[in-house]
Amino acid sequence: MAEYLFGFAFLAYAGAAVAYAADVRRSGPAGRIATWGVRLGWLFQTALLVDQAARADGFPWTTWAGSLNLFVWLVVSVYLVWGCRTRYRLLGLAVVPLAAALLVIARLGGGTGVETSSDYSTAFLIVHVGLLTFAFAAFTLAAALSALYLWQEQRLKSHRPAALLGRAPSLLTLETLAGRTIAVALPALTAGIVVGLVRLRSDKAPVDALMAVTLGTWAVYGSYLVLRYEAGWHGRRAAYLALAGFALVAVARLGLQVSHFS
Amino acid sequence: MTLTLVGLSHQGTPVAVRERAFVPLPQAAEVAAGLAEAGEAVCLSTCNRTELYLVGPDAEVRALDALVTVSGLPPDELRPVVYRLTDEAAALHLFRVAAGLDSLVPGEGEVLGQVRSAFEAGATGPVLDRLFRQALHAGKKVRAETAIAESPASVSAAAAALVQQVFGQLDGCRVLLVGAGHVAELAARSLVARGARIAYVANRSPHRAVELAGRFRSQGIAIDGVAGVLGEVDVVVSSTGSPGRVLERTDIDAALGSRKGRPLFLIDLAVPRDLDPAIHELDDCYLYDIDDLESVVASSLAGRRREAARAEAIVAEEAEGFREWQASREVVPAIASLRAHAEEIRAAELERVRGRLSTSDQEVVESITTRIVEKLLHLPTVRLKEAAAGADGGSYAQAVRHLFGLGDERE
Repeated sequence: MAEYLFGFAFLAYAGAAVAYAADVRRSGPAGRIATWGVRLGWLFQTALLVDQAARADGFPWTTWAGSLNLFVWLVVSVYLVWGCRTRYRLLGLAVVPLAAALLVIARLGGGTGVETSSDYSTAFLIVHVGLLTFAFAAFTLAAALSALYLWQEQRLKSHRPAALLGRAPSLLTLETLAGRTIAVALPALTAGIVVGLVRLRSDKAPVDALMAVTLGTWAVYGSYLVLRYEAGWHGRRAAYLALAGFALVAVARLGLQVSHFS
Repeated sequence: MTLTLVGLSHQGTPVAVRERAFVPLPQAAEVAAGLAEAGEAVCLSTCNRTELYLVGPDAEVRALDALVTVSGLPPDELRPVVYRLTDEAAALHLFRVAAGLDSLVPGEGEVLGQVRSAFEAGATGPVLDRLFRQALHAGKKVRAETAIAESPASVSAAAAALVQQVFGQLDGCRVLLVGAGHVAELAARSLVARGARIAYVANRSPHRAVELAGRFRSQGIAIDGVAGVLGEVDVVVSSTGSPGRVLERTDIDAALGSRKGRPLFLIDLAVPRDLDPAIHELDDCYLYDIDDLESVVASSLAGRRREAARAEAIVAEEAEGFREWQASREVVPAIASLRAHAEEIRAAELERVRGRLSTSDQEVVESITTRIVEKLLHLPTVRLKEAAAGADGGSYAQAVRHLFGLGDERE
């Protein structure tokens, strides 16, 4: 069952990615096909997660691969909130291929199967892993928005904007959305870190590389919000900073295949 | 009944003739009503075309007479420029017009509204009602399924689209107009139409600035006060006749601090240019001059022409749909007559034996004969409808009438 659900979810995301690419070349029905592909893929992945949860003993996404699976689902969920609008199809081209690729990595790492139970309580794992994964998913989306901002800005600066007109969100919209997404995600990251640190203290365990990178991520996005709202950092500088933060998210998600809880 | 189109357009008719043949909407309704006394009529008149769509006898002659009347031109002068199309060709033409494929700028949006107005003012019956509804559908479909109408087609529209690409919704977006000439006013109107507000108008001649500012309910300022308001506006549109620069990079640089990272979009429509090109190098500043805007328009028009091929396919499909519908109208009366004829025979034969049957037997026979007639006529009905979609629907209808002696009257 899980194999089929993974397969259908992957095919739907991959198909949507191809359709997004076709839509960028020539807008039309391909864009709508892409949107429905993402929705369908999300439904299959949701069913996969439900199946995992039903079969697991406790919180089923404790390994890095398992949490990567959850992470992909959250990224697509957040994207679906507004990404299906016509003007955000270019954003789909940044998000959906990434989602398809990460889902395959999660599958190869065993994150779509049933994991062994953890020594940690399910409530702790839901709060800690859930909050951190949600924050990382939101940061990923903010990075995609920032990348789209930089690409668009570069097209406008080089006086080659024709491909954008009427087909992409405005610079101000992208920047505002990226800022708001980070503003929502940072408290979640903070709460997740605090929960983890409390547990770490009670267990008297050492800080590992994943924790260090996560703290670094918190520092970068914290600086982003301070600089944006206090020092008036907008535009290119803010976009680069959001991407720098995402580099740490990528390291935390993919570079360090650490699992604290198995 | 034949659909006939008689008209003239920018393709082959000089403006001197087109302006004479132009029919304002209220008068178009009168023209259509007059022509519809012998059938159906719609008069579509825009700055680029005047076309009469008619269904009825002597349509071509009556349409030409109507064009002579409205234009006041002699028939010999009109005949060489007027085109005449019938049925499928006429439908395809209207669908292309509604889709903007017959316009000067491919995909322009205004024509769809003009087709709708002409339809509403027309005296339509079943054929023209169906034709114009399908034309409006085709026009919308082309715009929804292709990118033909997505990009700007004029310098002022390109400027407004670029501003939107930076700011999104222009509600609350404040504009500074530098220069109070016609070009600046056109660009300003395009921005205002999208929700922007003209905050200041600056001009070397203060009374002209105040006059234009009054029209936009904004404030007129002296041209040397421009640098002082840069912190308050989002868009600068400059179009003066000044031989030197109106704003230098240093002016903008000085204003950026107070903008707190909010972008500034500058449109320089003047030749020689009013704004220092180095402004474009500043962060959060976007400067487009007339050449940049014209190249955006050129590339946008090229894109529209590429999309036109896809639009043509959609329009051809819709025209085929109309042709099938029109062809089916030829066989519908024949089918109706055939069914009525069969029912008449069935009812008559049943009546002859009714007295010899009990009530329950009558019900059984009634039911059986009805089913026999239905089954016998089902396949011929389907085949006739299929034939109607092809080219020989009329011949089939004639054959059915002949074989069953149904008469030639059509509804």
